[in-house]
Amino acid sequence: MSEKQSKRIISLLMENAPGALSRVVGLFSQRGYNIETLNVAPTDDASLSRLTLTTIGSEHNIEQITKNLNKLIDVVKLVDLTEGSHIERELMLVKVKATGALREEVKRCVDIFRGQIVDVTSTVYTIQIVGASDKLDAFVQAVSDAQILEVVRSGVSGIARGEKVLSL
Amino acid sequence: MEMLSGGDMLVRSLQDQGVEYVFGYPGGSALHIYDAIFRNKAVKHILVRHEQAATHAADGFARVTGKAGVVLVTSGPGATNAITGIATAYMDSIPMVVISGQVPSEKIGEDAFQETDMVGVSRPIVKHSFLVKDAAEIPEIVKKAFYIAETGRPGPVVIDVPKDVTSPAETFPYEYPKKVKIRSYFPAEKGHSGQIKKAVQLLLEARRPVIYSGGGVVLGDASKQLRELARKLNYPVTNTLMGLGAFPGTDKQFLGMLGMHGTFEANTAMHHADVILAIGARFDDRVTNTPEKFCPGAKIIHIDIDPASISKTIQADIPIVGSVQSVLSEMLELLAQSKESPDEQALADWWQQIEDWRGRHGLYTKNRFEETGQIKPQEVIQALHEVTGGDAIITSDVGQHQMFTAQYYHFNRPRQWVNSGGLGTMGFGLPAAMGAQFAERDQQVVCVTGEGSIQMCIQELSTCTQYHLPVKIICLNNQALGMVRQWQDLHYDGRYSESLYEESLPDFEKLMEAYGHVGIKVTERSELKSKLEECFAMKDRVVFMDIYVDQSEHVYPMQVAPNGAMRDMWLSKTERT
Repeated sequence: MSEKQSKRIISLLMENAPGALSRVVGLFSQRGYNIETLNVAPTDDASLSRLTLTTIGSEHNIEQITKNLNKLIDVVKLVDLTEGSHIERELMLVKVKATGALREEVKRCVDIFRGQIVDVTSTVYTIQIVGASDKLDAFVQAVSDAQILEVVRSGVSGIARGEKVLSL
Repeated sequence: MEMLSGGDMLVRSLQDQGVEYVFGYPGGSALHIYDAIFRNKAVKHILVRHEQAATHAADGFARVTGKAGVVLVTSGPGATNAITGIATAYMDSIPMVVISGQVPSEKIGEDAFQETDMVGVSRPIVKHSFLVKDAAEIPEIVKKAFYIAETGRPGPVVIDVPKDVTSPAETFPYEYPKKVKIRSYFPAEKGHSGQIKKAVQLLLEARRPVIYSGGGVVLGDASKQLRELARKLNYPVTNTLMGLGAFPGTDKQFLGMLGMHGTFEANTAMHHADVILAIGARFDDRVTNTPEKFCPGAKIIHIDIDPASISKTIQADIPIVGSVQSVLSEMLELLAQSKESPDEQALADWWQQIEDWRGRHGLYTKNRFEETGQIKPQEVIQALHEVTGGDAIITSDVGQHQMFTAQYYHFNRPRQWVNSGGLGTMGFGLPAAMGAQFAERDQQVVCVTGEGSIQMCIQELSTCTQYHLPVKIICLNNQALGMVRQWQDLHYDGRYSESLYEESLPDFEKLMEAYGHVGIKVTERSELKSKLEECFAMKDRVVFMDIYVDQSEHVYPMQVAPNGAMRDMWLSKTERT
């Protein structure tokens, strides 16, 4: 069994019912798997929620995770997005101290990352960045000269490219 | 349409599901349901003395009948007391439906009297659970619960029922659904035919094959197919602790149990096998020993209804997801059509090798247990086999007595052996025997136990009195927690930390008398058989045999751990492979 670890994006449709989320999350702690990011919201079908999580594990771990998730009665359908080409997005809001010369510097950085300044005060910028997780990481790195006051990330959501869909 | 209250709908749904017995214990949140039980004439309620026993009794009933056992408990402590039994059923994939009362909906979350988040507490040990929000859903939820519990890889399902939902104040149109569909649940049935073909091919090419079959063959009612397949190929068969009885224990093709306390020939044959056919078994750590050293030369075919069991600890070369009965039937058809047959010479050599192993260190070779003049626990099981004609339903608790029974009773049919294999729950034996006796009123039911285990659910002697359950209790009394003591001998230089009872054991004869039963104490080897005969002659009584056995006896063979392979075993206190 390969021990090489990789990051996976697992996306699933589950019953939009109380307790469903705790079964999914509980499975991870129960079986000793880890969740890096988690994102869940209802879909266009009100009876279903879409949950996307990222996890790091070996091929064998991931296989066990998907098998055990599939066994949960509340999980209706599941896909490992990393198995095919896919689009990965995460939203981040960052509050940074922006005074003096740094004010321009931070603004330029936001432009380079195609982010937006969504709130401004005389000393603080609130910045919104959307992209793959590593782009968000890179932005945090890029503005590290400025004082970061707060970071909030939505967790990864994702969708397969092309015709492939995750639906009933 | 008939109008019923929530409580009545719940009990009527059980009746319409064909439930005969409910094992339970009343309490505040469940009182509306108990009132409905009082009115219902078809569903019989069995009052236990502790909720743990309700789950074990329902479990014993399920293991013997194949149908879901049903439990009814109240909220809070009633629910938490049931947890050990639910976990026991979960680990051994036993179908069970547990109905727990809950505080009224509007009180949930307020830390109300006897409130426990049962759905939350039981979550990791159930196949699924329901919290009833609306009384009108009750019939459908009950139907779904049984469907989930009994199909696919079976398991326990909890239905948590808030008290207001069962209130007699409101009635609803009642109809029990004939069928139920769950959009996310499709238990595997037929296996992939291409994979089955490959498996048959590999089996036919095998030179040193072993069939390793587990509890799935019992649960999936595939004992007949297993026997046919083994006969047709003349391949050796070993069973896991959970699989005993699926293949006849007295058959020449049977190698005995495998694993930690498996026979020398079963473990050694596994180690040297070139093809292993695993059927409804899950490569448990008590079977494989060190996974990296497991059966180095073997190609593995693994049939299981649960895809998550395949390649979990041991990588399968040919995985087949499907019901064992269906897959084995298909294999038998392919074999019937095939012009090929196994290499006769290779198979004859393999059998000769196995017979040599069996002759050298099998269960009945000389010096199997040392002579000390005291009664040996193994002898008790052999005598029990003799006196009961090998035909009794045997339940056990957990420890040395369980292993001795597994080794020496030689179960010849599935569902004859009832034990807690996965969770290893002490206290399981007696209540499970009660459940088994309800399932088979005319069968002799025997609980093999130890003086440690029996005290964990001994209150059920009173339930046996109430329902006239003439179970026989065979207590291998070694005045110690035998298996703990054995490990302390082997790994802790005989420091018996908290494993000895000193002079604290009750007088079991008097205790039995107090409950209205019979107690018989046996200390002399010469009396063993006659006293056992005396015990089984009392057809309509509970008889407790308090048999004093040699405290120093260990269970052998015992695999060497950690870092041992299948074939690395202690054969006695002094001999190692």
